[in-house]
Amino acid sequence: MRPADKLVRVAAGFQCQIELERAGQIADCRSILSLLTLGATQGSELVLRAQGPDADEAIRVIRLMFDQQFDEVNVEQST
Amino acid sequence: MHIRLPIGSQPNQIDQFSMLELQGIAVSPGVAIGRALVFDREGYRITRCLVAVGEDEGEWVRLVDAVKQAYDKLENSRLTTTKKLGARLGNIFSAQQQILHDPHLQSELESLIRTKTYSAEYAVSEVFTKYASAFRKATSTFLSERAADIRDVERLLLEGLTGQPTATLKQLPHEAIVVSHDLTPGETAAFDPKKVLGICTEAGGPGGHTAIVARGMEIPAVVGVGNFLHNIRSGDEVIVDGHLGRIIVSPDEATRDHYMQRRRFRQSIATQLEEIRDLPACTSDGVRIELMANVEFPNEALSCVARGADGVGLYRTEFLYLGHDQEPTEEEHYQAYAQVVRDMQNRPVVIRTLDLGADKMGMTMLADPENNPFLGLRSIRLSLRNPAIFRIQVRAILRAACLGDVRIMFPMITTLDELRSARFLLRSVSEDLASEGKHIQCAVQVGMMVEVPAAVLMLDRFIDEIDFVSIGTNDLTQYTLAVDRSNDSVADLYQACDPAVLRLIQRTQQIVSEKKKSTSVCGEMSNNPAYALLLAGMGIRTLSLAPAAIPIIKKAIRSVTIGQCEAMAWRALRLSTAREVDAFVMNQLAGLVPEIVLQA
Repeated sequence: MRPADKLVRVAAGFQCQIELERAGQIADCRSILSLLTLGATQGSELVLRAQGPDADEAIRVIRLMFDQQFDEVNVEQST
Repeated sequence: MHIRLPIGSQPNQIDQFSMLELQGIAVSPGVAIGRALVFDREGYRITRCLVAVGEDEGEWVRLVDAVKQAYDKLENSRLTTTKKLGARLGNIFSAQQQILHDPHLQSELESLIRTKTYSAEYAVSEVFTKYASAFRKATSTFLSERAADIRDVERLLLEGLTGQPTATLKQLPHEAIVVSHDLTPGETAAFDPKKVLGICTEAGGPGGHTAIVARGMEIPAVVGVGNFLHNIRSGDEVIVDGHLGRIIVSPDEATRDHYMQRRRFRQSIATQLEEIRDLPACTSDGVRIELMANVEFPNEALSCVARGADGVGLYRTEFLYLGHDQEPTEEEHYQAYAQVVRDMQNRPVVIRTLDLGADKMGMTMLADPENNPFLGLRSIRLSLRNPAIFRIQVRAILRAACLGDVRIMFPMITTLDELRSARFLLRSVSEDLASEGKHIQCAVQVGMMVEVPAAVLMLDRFIDEIDFVSIGTNDLTQYTLAVDRSNDSVADLYQACDPAVLRLIQRTQQIVSEKKKSTSVCGEMSNNPAYALLLAGMGIRTLSLAPAAIPIIKKAIRSVTIGQCEAMAWRALRLSTAREVDAFVMNQLAGLVPEIVLQA
């Protein structure tokens, strides 16, 4: 729940469309319900996609969040 | 409110209920005829209901409001939980806030409301159920546990939409008669008197807050009807008879005609009363009785003037605290007082300091729950315990005193120490104001309310330290007879005309008049013409009453001599029970002023 919450907050800071895909199911990163519906747990394989003006930056930041396992990432600073 | 219809039924297919008559307690006069709007506080059973075409925008707005409310509540929970238990648990609420603001969820809700004309509640319950069941079915325990979060958010939203009538009572979309088990002060204060035609509650008593507010807003009201909500549905036609305390559900033609006729009759009396509006309230032999108004809200002042009030005898200030999460600022106090002082145009205005107590606590944060709130930390006790808050109010009153004839009154004084502490604070506040160079009126009269038998017994010690006394008969009755006025089971014992109460009033009047000071009576008792004459006969020369009652009381006073009142009082004070007193004074009134009695 907490990672999803953080992810939505971060995604909302970008203009681009950000999606996560798991086993063929696609979730909109701006929607916590849609992220939760993916049913992703630790170890799940996910594909991150972004499309739009700041897509590269979005990918970089979100990747960082996953790498650090959503711990203590200061969202404001990263974005 | 939206029309609640089971899907598939025809809107005009109304069940033929037979007429149902119920007896309750009349607390605010007048007759209202209209459609019921039932507020059921027992949970929120969401019916599958659609709204009329064209009402979708209203539903959407209601939903947006509910989302905002729910968001704020979650924010509160998040902050308190974070403080108490750390950010980890606090963040649970942050995730729930995300759910509330989820764009997919919102667009699904919007589409149900706008294109399928679902009511806001129905849309919420539909969409959340869908998500919750999707999550519950999920194999991962993580997801199935999330279903609970979704249900939490749904519950909050539905509470905002239905469970807490405040939000909806504030914005009734059409005129209606509000029917409920009980109403909190915050709810009644949020009423729009143009939309609420009448009020009818299962619980409540004659001196309760619903009664006072209803009267303040001049909305006919009957309380203490007992259980009947299962017999009435929103949309049923209802007659609220605020004179006889009667409720009629689905009246037959004859009954409706009868009430329509009486309404016309009453309007013609009102015209007669209008004719004496600018004449003073003098007995036919020339004894002047001052008729002051009890006001609850600043905007009532103008209607007091319109009704010929001699001033404001009791300006209740609790509305400032009700329905707000924060304490009012000095400026909010000041503006509320200044408006009334200005509107009353140099007539006296008696401002009572905070009298929050058990029955008036809406959602204010000042007091903790108590086992015995009526005997607890309320009124002046609460103020003295929170001097910082009390000072703010006293400052504002003293500032407003520069604008006209303002007097300050302390409620529920029980001991001399309380009175002295309150006066001490008053003096210190006025010194502060003076040292800040603020212009203040030094000669503000200070009075106390007599509401506790102890104050009557000790009044000879109090009297030299005050300028005037006002008897609050509602609380005095309650404390003398040991009756909780809002408790249905004992409400019938609550009688302001009980001989014990009359004796306390009489003793108060004697002690005060010996010192050439004035006693007024500001309880509900003064609103009844028979009791107004009785009080005049006991020597009371100032009555403070609901603005709406002023014309009729004036009519009664102008129809009698003071000697007749005194004779009535002499005999009434020799009776032994409340029932005898009541029967006697009503009988006297019928003899002295028959045209008023006919009215009821």
